[in-house]
Amino acid sequence: MPVAPTDEAVPHQRHGLAQSLELYSLKVPFRIKVAAVWLVICGLLLAGFLKSGFDIAWMGDHAFAIAKAVWVTIAFSIIAISLAVGLALLGAQGRVSRNPIAYGISGFYTSFFRGTPLIVQLFLWYLALPQLALGLLPQQYATWFIWPAQVAGIVGIAFNYGAYMTEIFRSGIEAVPHGQAEAAAALGMSPGQQMRRIILPQATRIVIPATGNEFIAMMKDTALIGLLGTTLLWADPFRMAQLSGKADFRNLEALIAAALVYWGLTAVFSFFQRKLEERMSKGYVRQVKDAS
Amino acid sequence: MSAPIVRVAGLHKSFGSLEVLKGVDMQINAGEVIVVFGRSGSGKSTFLRCINFLEEPTQGTIEVAGRSIAAGIPTRFRRKQVQHLRRTCGMVFQQFNLFPHMSVLDNVMEAPRRISTQSAKQVRDHAMSLLADVGLADKAAEYPIRLSGGQQQRVAIARALAMRPQVMLFDEPTSALDPELIHEVLAVMRNLAQDHSTTMIVVTHEMGFAREVATRMCFFHEGRIHEQCEPEQMFDGSRLPETQRFLDAVM
Ligand SMILES: Nc1ncnc2c1ncn2[C@@H]1O[C@H](COP(=O)(O)OP(=O)(O)OP(=O)(O)O)[C@@H](O)[C@H]1O
Ligand SMILES: [Mg+2]
Repeated sequence: MPVAPTDEAVPHQRHGLAQSLELYSLKVPFRIKVAAVWLVICGLLLAGFLKSGFDIAWMGDHAFAIAKAVWVTIAFSIIAISLAVGLALLGAQGRVSRNPIAYGISGFYTSFFRGTPLIVQLFLWYLALPQLALGLLPQQYATWFIWPAQVAGIVGIAFNYGAYMTEIFRSGIEAVPHGQAEAAAALGMSPGQQMRRIILPQATRIVIPATGNEFIAMMKDTALIGLLGTTLLWADPFRMAQLSGKADFRNLEALIAAALVYWGLTAVFSFFQRKLEERMSKGYVRQVKDAS
Repeated sequence: MSAPIVRVAGLHKSFGSLEVLKGVDMQINAGEVIVVFGRSGSGKSTFLRCINFLEEPTQGTIEVAGRSIAAGIPTRFRRKQVQHLRRTCGMVFQQFNLFPHMSVLDNVMEAPRRISTQSAKQVRDHAMSLLADVGLADKAAEYPIRLSGGQQQRVAIARALAMRPQVMLFDEPTSALDPELIHEVLAVMRNLAQDHSTTMIVVTHEMGFAREVATRMCFFHEGRIHEQCEPEQMFDGSRLPETQRFLDAVM
């Protein structure tokens, strides 16, 4: 932190206004200053909104309906992250495998799904896959691949995030010291046992922070599912905001409300993630047990 | 005399263009304690690791307890044979390599639990008695990180013994330890040697230990067994020049 010149350091200088301000500011904790900056930003935004005719009463009426739709976000996210973890586990096995088929498939998977826009992938699942299925399969099987928007959206997000998480899991597996697999191998454990019993439990610890970040990013990206089309039942906060905002020409109010919902949600999960990380890091530290 | 329990014939090992083992032959009878020593890089670890196929031999044959595996076919194509061989060979590493996410007892029980046909109770009782043998019964519930290096290495020995191996391979088991912890590990190994039921191949430069318990000492030099004899002769001052130079340097 910069230290303001003191009397001792610069004996012959007179205090100007700027200097006294700087001296005074030294006494205010950094956090308080940052909080003040946030307050100013929020104040300015609020003033701008009000000046532009922001309808607080409308927001009060509709905010609850928008916020309530957060359960859709949470449900979609939980299903998608479970699928994505499964895909990433398989993908990571392929990435560390010496088998050319497994390595090749997982390489294609991560390359394609990390190399194309998520929104394009969502429409591929929703619109292009049915066309492909109808072209290749008899009618009765082809219909299996015509999915509602929610299903296509969740699958799309899961495959996309699974590809990123494949790389995370791969690096987690590779971060486990080589001696661990060797010790297990020397005991006569099979490669599968080495992976399940020795490598993965240790890799899990390593990948939890990064996986938490992916989960938070995924929660925000579930808002894209609405773009495929949706029913009112499965409308998430973004979709609800669009519907109610458009109807009353209150887009600003509705979208701000939706944004606040997502912001609050990610704030809550970031908090839990930080707690989890703190707990995980303690597990491997050599410490004396509480005497209690 | 019964057939040797370990038979290594014509063992060669190259890493790329670097030939590390240039033809090693060794026959070991049950109950023998072989001490292997030699300069860094002479191929001692590679030799041990070829015996249980942690390294793929380039050429040669490894036979343990009557089952032999020839070099040349990658391990994954005869996984069952190699796994079986590894179960008859316990290995102890320089860096212990305990499983950090398991308690001491679980470390010892892990392999027999997954692999052997013993009941859960038999596995547990055997593991506890092994921990008692290495003097760590009271640490069964601890996690490895909370043990000293010497204690960790003793757990690693118990873990290797849990599969009831006929042969134990030790790769410099004390060289990662602080000097004051070395003797507790050597004491455990000495007990094991005096049992005469386990054949041991030990890479170590602990010459006092070698003199006391080895039945044979092998000096590795440039990928070959340069000279081998019983400990008494090894220290009588009339070895080959290369061996003598090394002995003089470490003693
Ligand atoms: N996986 C590997 N890939 C390439 N080279 C290797 C590998 N393992 C060992 N080597 C090389 O083989 C040679 C012999 O290594 P080895 O570990 O067997 O020696 P060592 O006698 O055990 O030595 P130390 O006393 O230092 O443990 C060294 O030159 C080493 O660099
Ligand atoms: Mg070595």
